[in-house]
Amino acid sequence: MALKKFVVGCFEDEKVLFPAVAKVRKAGYKIHDVYTPFPVHGLDQAMGLRETSLHTAGFLFGLIGTTTAVTFMTWVFTKDWPVNIGGKPNFALPAWIPITFELTVLCAAVGMVLSFLYICQLAPFVKRHHFHARATDDRFVMVIECGEKTNESELSSFMNSVGAIEVNTQVAEEGWWIGRYDQDQELYKQTNIA
Amino acid sequence: MIKQQFEISAGYKKWTNILLGVGGLAFVLGVVFLGMSKDELAQTRFWSVLLQNSTFFLLVVNASMFFICITTLAMGGWQMAFRRVPEAISSVVPVFSILALLVFVGIIFGHKHSIYHWLDKEHVAHDPILKGKVAVLNPTFFMVWTVITLLIWSFVGAKMRKLSSQADENMDQEASKKFIWGNTVWAATFIVFFGLTVGSTIPWLWLMSIDAHWYSTMYSWYTFASTFVAGMALVAIFVVYLKNQDYLEYVSEEHLHDLGKFMFAFSVFWTYLWYSQFMLIWYANIPEETIYFKPRMQGAYRGIFFLNLIINFVLPFLLLMRRGSKRNYTTMTFVAVLIILGHWVDFYQMVMPGTMHEHYSLSWFEFGMLVFYAGLIMYFVGRGLSKKPLLAVHHPFVKESLIHHT
Repeated sequence: MALKKFVVGCFEDEKVLFPAVAKVRKAGYKIHDVYTPFPVHGLDQAMGLRETSLHTAGFLFGLIGTTTAVTFMTWVFTKDWPVNIGGKPNFALPAWIPITFELTVLCAAVGMVLSFLYICQLAPFVKRHHFHARATDDRFVMVIECGEKTNESELSSFMNSVGAIEVNTQVAEEGWWIGRYDQDQELYKQTNIA
Repeated sequence: MIKQQFEISAGYKKWTNILLGVGGLAFVLGVVFLGMSKDELAQTRFWSVLLQNSTFFLLVVNASMFFICITTLAMGGWQMAFRRVPEAISSVVPVFSILALLVFVGIIFGHKHSIYHWLDKEHVAHDPILKGKVAVLNPTFFMVWTVITLLIWSFVGAKMRKLSSQADENMDQEASKKFIWGNTVWAATFIVFFGLTVGSTIPWLWLMSIDAHWYSTMYSWYTFASTFVAGMALVAIFVVYLKNQDYLEYVSEEHLHDLGKFMFAFSVFWTYLWYSQFMLIWYANIPEETIYFKPRMQGAYRGIFFLNLIINFVLPFLLLMRRGSKRNYTTMTFVAVLIILGHWVDFYQMVMPGTMHEHYSLSWFEFGMLVFYAGLIMYFVGRGLSKKPLLAVHHPFVKESLIHHT
C-alpha cells in the first residue's frame, strides 16, 4: 500500500484532451494515466507510452503452441502408438496442420489474454482505485501524479487552463490490492478527508 | 509545394524504356525462335508462357478495380488518399484484355492442343470425361464468355474511373449523395460480375481447363487470392514510389500499414486456400485427383512447388507480422516485389505442368515476358497517373482518409 496524491482533471472532448496531454507533458508533469470511455486512437503516442511488447509475447506463445502440437503428434504417431490410417505415412504432416494451427491460435490467444491481465493487474478480487466514475461513461480523465515538489494549487489551475472542466485532488492507492469495495470506500473517505 | 499532378520523371521513363526494350526483344526473339519454330515443344513453351503472363497480369491489374469496388461498397474512406493509384492501375485492364484476347485467339484458333487438350475434337470424341464437359469446354463458349468478360471488366472499370473524375469538381450535399449512390451501384455491378468471372468461371476456362480431366472447387478462389494479394502489392509499390517522389502528401504510414495488412491477410488467405485444396486431395488419395499434384509435388516441379509455399506464405507471414515492418517503406517494397514474383511463380506452376510436362524451362523467354509485362505496367500506369490529379479533393470521404489512424 503506497498512498499517493493525484490531481485529477476531467475533459469533455478528445479534441481538448490531445492538446492538453501535450501541454501537460511539456510543462513537465508526470501523467499517471488517462482514462477514457473508449479506446482513443493515437493517445498512446501522444502520452509518449512505449509500444507494447504484447505482440512479441503473442508470437512466442504461438511458437510454443506450434512446437507443442507438432512434437506431441510426432511422438504419438511415430513413436508411442503408430497406427496405419488409410495408408498414410505415420509422420502425416498435412493432416496435422489444422491441429497445429488451432493449438497455435489457442496458446497465442490465451497467453496474450493472461499476459494482458497480468500487465493491467486485472484479476478476480483485485481492486484498483477509480479516479472518476464517469471515465466509464462520457468523460476523459487525466490523472497527474504529484511529486514532492509539485505545487497542487498551481497544477490545478494549470489543468483548468488547458481545458479541464472539473479538477480535484485525491489521495489514493497507486497500485492494486485485494479487498472489498464496501470496506475500501470507507478507507478512502478517511484518507481523503485527512 | 504540393504536387497535385503526377509528372513522369526522366528516371521513370528511362526504366520503362529499358524494361520495354529488354522485354520486347525477348518477345521478338520468342516469336522467331519459339513461336515460329517447327518444334512442337518450343511452340508449346511460347504459348504457355504467354498464357501464364497475360492471364496473371490481367488479373493482377483487375484486382485494383476489385479493391476500389469493395472499399466503395463498404463505405471505406481510408483509401481515398491514394485512391487514384489503384484507379490508374486498373486503367491498364483494357490494354491487357486485348493482349490476353490475342493470346486466346492464338491458342484457340491456332488449335494448340498441347495447351488445351479439349480443343482436339478427335480426342474429345473418345474421352468420356471431356465429352461430359463439352458444353463449357468448347471454343465457342470459351471465346464468347471471355470476350463478354473482358468487355464488362473494361466497361464498368472505365465507368468507375469516370465517376471518380467528378470528385475533382466541387459538389454540394445533394450532388455528393447522388455521387456516392452512383458509385455504389456501379461498384455493386462490378462485384457481382467479378464473382461470376474471377470468383468462378474465368479461372476454370483459362487455367483449370489446361488439366481438363481434373477439377477443384477451390481453384477459382485460389486464383483470386493469388492475384488479389499481388494486386495489393502492386498498389503498395506505386504508393511507395509516389511517396518517395514527394507526391501523395496526405498518405501516411497509417495508409501503408493498412495496405500491409491486406498483403499479410491475403497471403495467409491464399495459403488457406492452397492448403484446403491440397489437403483434401492428399487425404482422399484418389488417383483422378492426385494426378494434379503428382508432377508438381513429386515430379519435375518439386523445387518450384516448395519455393511457391516459402515465397508466398512463409516469407510474407514472417516479414509482415510486425507492426513496424508494415509501416516501413523499405520492408513493404521488398515484400511487395517478393509477393508479385511469388505469385508469378504460382501461376507458372499452375500452367506449365499441364502443358510442358517435365520438359519445362525457366530461362530467357519466361523472365523476358515478366520484364516485358513489368515495362507495360510501368508505361500504362504512369500514363494513367499523369492524367488526373492524385487526390480527388471533393470526394465526400476525403477527410476520413486524411485523419485515418490505425
